[in-house]
Amino acid sequence: MLAWTIYLSFAGAALEALLPEARARLARWLALSCAVVGLVIAGVDFFTHMGAARTVLVDLPWVPAMGIRFQLAADGISRVLVLLTGLASVSGVLFSWNIEKRTGQFFAFYLALIGGVYGVFLSYDLFLLFVFYEIAIVPKYFLIAIWGSTRREYGAMKLALYSFVGSAMVLIGLLASYAASGSHSTTLIDLAHANLPVSSQMALFPLVFVGFGILAGMWPFHTWAPTGHVAAPTAASMLLAGVVMKLGAYGCLRVAMGLYPHGLDPWGFSVLGIGSWRDVFALLAVIGIVYGALVALVQTDFKFVIGYSSVSHMGFVLLGLMTLSQIGLDGAVLQMFSHGIIAGLLFAIVGRIVYERTHTRQLAELETMHLARRLPFAAWAFVLAGMASMGLPGFSGFVAELQVVVGSWTLNPVWTIATAIGIVIGVAYTWRALQRAFFADKQPTAEDHPKEGWQSMGAITWPEYTGVGLLMGASLVVGLYPRILLDSIEPAVKALLAGGIQ
Amino acid sequence: MNLADLFRVTLPETALEIAALVVLIADLGLLRKATLSTRVAAAALLGVLGTVVALCLLPCAGSTGYSYGGELLLSSGGFTAVAEAGILLLTLLTLLLFIGTSFTRHAAEYVAVILMAAAGGLIVASAQDLLIIFVGLELLSLGLYVLTAFNKHSEKSSESALKYYLFGGMSAAFLLFGFSYLYGMSGTTSLYWIQYNIGEMGPTPLLYVAWVLIVAGLGFKIAAFPFHLWAPDAYEGAPAPAAAFIASVSKIASFGLLLTFSMNLLAPGGPISGSSSVVEPYLKNEYLTWQSLAGVLLVVAAASMIVGNLAALAQTSVRRLLAYSAIAHAGYMLLGIGTHAQYSGQASPFHFLLGNIGAAVNSADAVLYYVLTYGLTTIGAFGVVQVVETATGSDKLDAFLGLHKRNPLLAAVLLILFLSLAGIPPLVGFWAKFNLFAAVLAVGAGPVPFALVALAVAMSAVSLFYYLQVLKRAYVLPAADESPIKAHPVTMLVLVVIAAAVVVSGCLPTILQNWIVQGHV
Repeated sequence: MLAWTIYLSFAGAALEALLPEARARLARWLALSCAVVGLVIAGVDFFTHMGAARTVLVDLPWVPAMGIRFQLAADGISRVLVLLTGLASVSGVLFSWNIEKRTGQFFAFYLALIGGVYGVFLSYDLFLLFVFYEIAIVPKYFLIAIWGSTRREYGAMKLALYSFVGSAMVLIGLLASYAASGSHSTTLIDLAHANLPVSSQMALFPLVFVGFGILAGMWPFHTWAPTGHVAAPTAASMLLAGVVMKLGAYGCLRVAMGLYPHGLDPWGFSVLGIGSWRDVFALLAVIGIVYGALVALVQTDFKFVIGYSSVSHMGFVLLGLMTLSQIGLDGAVLQMFSHGIIAGLLFAIVGRIVYERTHTRQLAELETMHLARRLPFAAWAFVLAGMASMGLPGFSGFVAELQVVVGSWTLNPVWTIATAIGIVIGVAYTWRALQRAFFADKQPTAEDHPKEGWQSMGAITWPEYTGVGLLMGASLVVGLYPRILLDSIEPAVKALLAGGIQ
Repeated sequence: MNLADLFRVTLPETALEIAALVVLIADLGLLRKATLSTRVAAAALLGVLGTVVALCLLPCAGSTGYSYGGELLLSSGGFTAVAEAGILLLTLLTLLLFIGTSFTRHAAEYVAVILMAAAGGLIVASAQDLLIIFVGLELLSLGLYVLTAFNKHSEKSSESALKYYLFGGMSAAFLLFGFSYLYGMSGTTSLYWIQYNIGEMGPTPLLYVAWVLIVAGLGFKIAAFPFHLWAPDAYEGAPAPAAAFIASVSKIASFGLLLTFSMNLLAPGGPISGSSSVVEPYLKNEYLTWQSLAGVLLVVAAASMIVGNLAALAQTSVRRLLAYSAIAHAGYMLLGIGTHAQYSGQASPFHFLLGNIGAAVNSADAVLYYVLTYGLTTIGAFGVVQVVETATGSDKLDAFLGLHKRNPLLAAVLLILFLSLAGIPPLVGFWAKFNLFAAVLAVGAGPVPFALVALAVAMSAVSLFYYLQVLKRAYVLPAADESPIKAHPVTMLVLVVIAAAVVVSGCLPTILQNWIVQGHV
């Protein structure tokens, strides 16, 4: 059943592409129904398979001569991320309700991207996974370049090229492991069983990890992320931060760590305390956490703040992966979910609710607009979302980041401390953005506050309420009752740690 | 001499030549008073009919080929049949693209030259003897020069044809000179015996000279660096359907020829027998002979990938962009041929050769797959350029501005074809690349093939940039002129069929692959 999320999205994309340009209303409802059905399928499957082991959904020979199979399967990690994709796609459609320009095409690219994302999370054949991974690249480019804002062509091209370079690295890894395993099969399980020599695992692991890591916003390959997020239309930023960055992290976990477990072994020598790829990538993750937070602290553009905060939060995911411990990996997967929800929410508030009404994202200009009085809903939604993003207890981010931090202690306490500093800076930049954008000190002057009242900014529409409610609810539910996800994540992580993918 | 055999093997060529004559007679005799568009349509349809007949006659050629005096002169069946079928199919498509055009009043002559050039292509793909190879190449090339110059109203067309002709003449001289060295060393013009006789001697410095000269001659045909200089001009100046023909059909024929060379050099044995102490040194020599050619090919392959992709970045004309991308694609394919076999020196040469024949056949399949699908995609790309050019009078990048508004279907076709050329799944271009690179790595996992594949993959990441430059104009940037672009219905149909084929064979790659593999089983 879960496989239908993929087919449905692509079918929806094809239909949207065929719609005449004038049928904007139909295009919206069609996209919403595709996304909702996808979410329902993902949700039903998630709740009926809680804690279940890996189940194979589809397994057909695709290219028998080369051992390539159309194999879709889901374990706890996949199910959590598919659920996230469902939530992100529904809320993304809701926050794109006001797209008037080439609406059908917009949703065609949007649904094609969603289909690719579902496909990556469900593929158990490396070739198939790679195909879906690349399918997701092209729609991103067009979504940003056509419907984006600030420097959209630059941001879109940068994003497309970074993604494509990353996927080229993955492709080299795929070809090399396929050849090294005797060119019999490309399924993840067969490749993991192929017992590649330790030396080639050592060489392929960093290649593939960095290849996927580029899309996960790994420092210093993160520079596509802020520009891309800022340039993208709201729904695309939500998807980029919400699910596309997770594609990268998921690839790091499932492919790089699953296929080349010995790539994480110590080198046998150490330079400045760095003695394995594990240390290298953990260090990059910690740098990403602190660097992203510091840069977010000095941004003047509201959306850039969120963009850099994504880099910082994705650092937690990568750090969690590198702990190689149950608690750290649990935290990493949970953080993928949590960041997907929260970043989506923040981008929706900044890009849709605020920007579409004020037409500026400069904090200095927003300061003069007294948004707390004029858009109270946006202000309070951002307060809650900001609290979630800071990692306050009660929201999903707290559970996830706590687990990662605890897990990282076994790796290296110094990094735990650095990470904690990153969290503190995270509070600072969120607070700063919140205050400057919504609760500025400046009292409204007479001109600011004309007698007849402020010019209306337009009421908050139902799609906005629904979208905010959906994402906020998800973050709260997971924050208050994290077992709902952990019950699925834990067995899958345990199996992964016990024997790679085997 | 068995003339019946010769006639049987050359039936498709004969059909094409007869069709060429019929087209001329019909046009000069029956259609003298007809309008130009009728004459163009009639000539193209007759040409299509001729290629269909030739396609149907292809299986009649059997699989034994034509030999004379114990020497195989023309092969048939197997790889040859696949390449020939590809040549005929793509010729058919370029003829259909001709229907919508009006660049020449000499419709029948144009079609006749196309058909004769295609016959030359068939001969090149099947030839097993140096002299026949040369005759076939000349037949093909002369046709191409004429086709390039066919737009008499365009200075560019004449200029590029002259350039093409001068370069072509020089490269033919190189090729012939190289052939004469091969003949001098081996005393025969049959590829089979050349392989045997040279294998006995092992690689000599003179052999390297011969290979370099021959690669210079063939590198010109496939537009590989540094013999590529004609390509951007010819692609830019030639009438669009003729450019499509040059970019696709002549590519298939030339790669068919390269495969003939490499498969002949790799075939173990010849009439050797005896104890392993006699056979082994001989086989080792044979392998070294092959290696000497492969080394030259790989250098050219790497250079073509780099130069083609980097130069394409700077182009403002879509035709020139396609030309440089063709150079890059030729590099990928040469990689597939150059790494047919890698000898690690561990196993005994005999086992190595036997074991590697399978792998070599695989990579030959992959190269054929690549060149066929690449040819198909390129024809489509030139078809789109033709439509846009007819409407806007230019093939510059900016002529594509706002194409999605001016003709949504055409823009969709462009999107599919260019993404396929860039190697984005699930389109056929991706599958062709994956298949090719996997075959290269399956042959030998040494550092050289791996580095070359890594280079090729990295370069195809570069290529996305320039393909996106065109798509960006078609989809993203605002249109300067929003008047709709009309395309001839036949042209549109051909383009849609090509785009559909690109999608379908990308999603279900086994269809085409099985057809290619069954060709030689």
